[in-house]
Amino acid sequence: MSLIDLSGYLLYVAFFCYLFGTFLFGGAIKEKNDTAASRADKYGKLAITVTIIGFVAQLGYFITRWIYTGHAPVSNMFEFTTAFGMFIILSFIVIFFMYKVSALGVVALPIALLIIAYASMFPTEVSPLVPSLQSHWLTIHVITAAIGQSIFGISAVAGLIYLLKNVNMNERSKESFWLETVMFCCVLIVGFVAATVTFNVMDYEAKYEYVDTLDKVSTSTYMMPPIFGMNEYVELTEDRMTPLVELPALIDARKLTTVVWSVLFGTVIYILIRLIFRRKVATMFQPLVKRVNSTLMDEIAYRTVLIAFPIFTLGALIFAMIWAQKAWGRFWGWDPKEVWALVTWLFYAAFLHLRLSKGWEGKKTAWLTVIGFLIILFNLVVVNLVIAGLHSYA
Amino acid sequence: MEKKRKRSVTRGIILAILAIAIGYTVYGAVTKDKLEVVKAGAQAPDFEVVDLNGEKHRLKDYEGKGVVLNFWGTWCEPCEREFPAMTRQYSAFANKGVQIIAVNFAQSEFEVKKYVANMGMTFPVAIDKTKSVFTAYSIGPLPTSIFIKPDGTIDRIITGEMSEEKIAQYMESIKPE
Amino acid sequence: MNIILCECGHENPEGTNLCQKCGSPLTLEEKSKKIADMRYEGTAIRSKTYNKSIIDKIWNFFSSVKVGISLIIINLVAASIGTILPQEFYVSVATDAEKEKYYSDVYGWFGEIYYALGLSDLYSSLWFQILVLMLGVSIIIASIDRGIPLHKSLKNQRVKRHTSFMKRQRIYSEGKPSENTDQTLQLAEQTLKNLKYNVRREDDAILAERGRFSRYGAYINHVGLIIFIIAVMLHLVPGFYVDESIWLREGETRAIPGMDGYFLKNDQFILETYDNDPQGEQIKQGINVVAKNYQTDVTLYKQQENAVPGQAEDLEEVKQFNIRVNHPLKHEGYAVYQMDFRLNEIKTMVFDLTLKETEESLGQVSIDLTNPQDEYLLDNGAKVELMGFYPDFSGFKEGVPQTATQTPNNPAFIFKMSTPEKPEGETSFVAIQQTLEPEGNNMYKMKFANVETRHMSGLMVRYDRTIPLLIVGAIIFMVGVVIGSYWNHRRIWIEQLEDGTVRLAAHTNKNWFGMKKDLDVLKKHAHIPQYVDQLESENNEHVETEKDGKTL
Repeated sequence: MSLIDLSGYLLYVAFFCYLFGTFLFGGAIKEKNDTAASRADKYGKLAITVTIIGFVAQLGYFITRWIYTGHAPVSNMFEFTTAFGMFIILSFIVIFFMYKVSALGVVALPIALLIIAYASMFPTEVSPLVPSLQSHWLTIHVITAAIGQSIFGISAVAGLIYLLKNVNMNERSKESFWLETVMFCCVLIVGFVAATVTFNVMDYEAKYEYVDTLDKVSTSTYMMPPIFGMNEYVELTEDRMTPLVELPALIDARKLTTVVWSVLFGTVIYILIRLIFRRKVATMFQPLVKRVNSTLMDEIAYRTVLIAFPIFTLGALIFAMIWAQKAWGRFWGWDPKEVWALVTWLFYAAFLHLRLSKGWEGKKTAWLTVIGFLIILFNLVVVNLVIAGLHSYA
Repeated sequence: MEKKRKRSVTRGIILAILAIAIGYTVYGAVTKDKLEVVKAGAQAPDFEVVDLNGEKHRLKDYEGKGVVLNFWGTWCEPCEREFPAMTRQYSAFANKGVQIIAVNFAQSEFEVKKYVANMGMTFPVAIDKTKSVFTAYSIGPLPTSIFIKPDGTIDRIITGEMSEEKIAQYMESIKPE
Repeated sequence: MNIILCECGHENPEGTNLCQKCGSPLTLEEKSKKIADMRYEGTAIRSKTYNKSIIDKIWNFFSSVKVGISLIIINLVAASIGTILPQEFYVSVATDAEKEKYYSDVYGWFGEIYYALGLSDLYSSLWFQILVLMLGVSIIIASIDRGIPLHKSLKNQRVKRHTSFMKRQRIYSEGKPSENTDQTLQLAEQTLKNLKYNVRREDDAILAERGRFSRYGAYINHVGLIIFIIAVMLHLVPGFYVDESIWLREGETRAIPGMDGYFLKNDQFILETYDNDPQGEQIKQGINVVAKNYQTDVTLYKQQENAVPGQAEDLEEVKQFNIRVNHPLKHEGYAVYQMDFRLNEIKTMVFDLTLKETEESLGQVSIDLTNPQDEYLLDNGAKVELMGFYPDFSGFKEGVPQTATQTPNNPAFIFKMSTPEKPEGETSFVAIQQTLEPEGNNMYKMKFANVETRHMSGLMVRYDRTIPLLIVGAIIFMVGVVIGSYWNHRRIWIEQLEDGTVRLAAHTNKNWFGMKKDLDVLKKHAHIPQYVDQLESENNEHVETEKDGKTL
């Protein structure tokens, strides 16, 4: 068994540990009457143990892949996103030992699972590094920034739990609408995974030649049936569905096709859930967080932001500047990814000021942590895949 | 009351300092190129070139004379249009102490010699092989002409084509007394 | 200025919420709150005390946290707008007209609007810079306005606080100690000292404090930010910052812009690629090769002392270096970076002087485009004269060939071929895939044989004297943020009444969870009654509560 295979298996082990851990954390909460308190405690201990085993397995994946490829496995979309999931688990473990709140696990583990599942939809091959990425500062920058972002993630988890507990989902209000929307977004990620896996199993592939924005002819390979065709496309693969609409060169029709399929699958899944369970997705989580201490959740949400902020500053801004200075001779270049790191940073700076000076606590804090994490995900997904820049992976 | 006045003064000073700093930064950002070292009124950087005949021309040696420094290239159409006028004015000012030096943008000797012979340029033409003089004068678009007064300061910098009247007028203004 | 007299006799400035000395509520609004508002210790924010002159008004505007937060949000939104389309400096066209065309060609009407609004060069626009600087001003003024009063009130703290202050703290307890009533304060003092608190005792009251310095974290990081912003502003001062680029062909020596007296020679440009098969995303996007290394081997030269521009003889070699991405050439504060490259520019063209009929060659002529010769002699007495050379042939104007640029993109020549058969010479115009014979049918032709090319490196010259200041700013900022985030300011007030009753109040600026752990230790050792978290009991009034101490 080669190192890269071992690495892959370890990632599977981690994935199933997290999945199992989620249910164990659920079990730790579910026990209701006091006589079962010790059993709940046992469940909790078991759950964190399984999570730690999963984390160690994933760390094994990380290290073996690092040894195999010769560079830190954070250099493409699959590697970075997987590592991001791993750091979320790490942050969760640390925070769990600080506060011993099982409810965090019920939300944090599924989020990490979704992120890792999302990551594995990208090509997992080892890709060589282009010259500008061959720098130790890059490795340090990316890992530190990812750790900071993952702790922000835990704060969003605490915020989400706070909202699930305190927002009345039976009432028609903006709050309940947006909370359900957040849940819907999570289902969309499931939709993306489902769409990718479905067409992978069907072994779908269609090649096209097209004319890009600079009037050059390039090729593009669809892994999903083309809803949209690239600019002036010519089919290279036979017996494939004809794209419904041809788009101008400005829009990458292949990526848009993927997005639309994901939304379609996600929406279908969401509707099925609603039809089968006859309730909003958010209300399904509510029993799990019923007995959570709101004040403590608020504190965790705030404290994790405080822990993450300096790490994020160091990783996403300062180390990034050092790397940029080494690679291009300028510490700042207004590259989209840089700008979005700055936007994230400004957002959390505003968060801290609002909390300190304006006394924004409780639901306001909770919403802000969720929005902050959405900005981070935007940076990871949209900025990487849509807005091209120096950091654009793949 | 005394305390309040003092506070007002302190605040005023802090605000004034901040306003000046912002003003300077904004001004600097807007007028980025105007902060260049080579500008009208400044001392022209000294240089030395060797013309096609092998003669050395050093700016310092022309002290007391007006100097027109013309930066050009063979592909540049406006340069081509202004050379006949420049050649005529060169003879007109020959005895009045105004020298024209044309500096070519690092092209081959073959091209420049053919071009000069073709255009019948009579003033010295040099090739700036290392673009060293171009760099020292931060030359952007061609043609650019620099009019240097007898005391060695820059009278004006003209980017783009000049009419014969303008050439004559500018040369007149750098003529030694 | 109006002053507010507290019942303890202390004179507080107008706008104070909690007496600086004893902590009693001074305003009606403050009195009505169940839990005291401890932000900025309830002190008067300086700006709020006067609002008279224009200076005060400007000052007050910038000192407002609301304005500060608004500025953060506005900057955030503005910065993100600039990422919708690539900025001009990532678009590699030169003139404004070309840029405008690029945006409308590539992005359609949206691109046109984006360009017209100046969003394509947002980050160097006047309004964006003003926004950033306004945020800077807000940071400075708000810090002065809040930092100084906070410092004063932290310094002037009294040990014994007013009862209503104690009662209105989030954590409060009152009651008789379970044992050792006469030693409560000694025990408390000892316990708190063991917990690394600074303990002050006055009669029968204790003030224990820990991590007060963390309150200054915010102000320290603001100082760091300001230094950083100043350093960035210094880029505009002449002499602090050089940012130039230079294209250098292989074999060429050029003066380095911005680095007076230095010359750089491009000895060789190397492009290495990975020899792997394309995979995954690479195939999807149709990228065939992945670059492994971009490298320019250069020699750095220095002019002789006292030399002036243009004197490029007797250059003194300083060093040889291989510039790679992430590995710039460094010399005396200057750094030269590998930025770009262009492959295969024509350097030399080789022609065969060929007899048309038999395709027989009289010999080869090799023309170095950087230094063409007037004539080329062949062994057998034949001669090729070069009458004209047009590196970037663009057509004829009045019968004369024209060149569009100085770069050999489309070289064209006029040859005069003198051969034994035609000693007077035959003229031929030769361009790529085009031959014109003005005198009719020539016997001989210049047949293209081969070509030698060379590469061109795009290098970036940088010099930045503000780096040390940037580093100082960043370090101060990080220190401030870490202090403010990872430490917290905990205070415990204890007071024992004559009948033995103990009152305890506690406050921390964050991490109440950690504070409570300290209090649990204190409770155990000094036998103080159980405290109440008044905020928590307020929040959880309607919710069934867990068993004490166990949170899920």
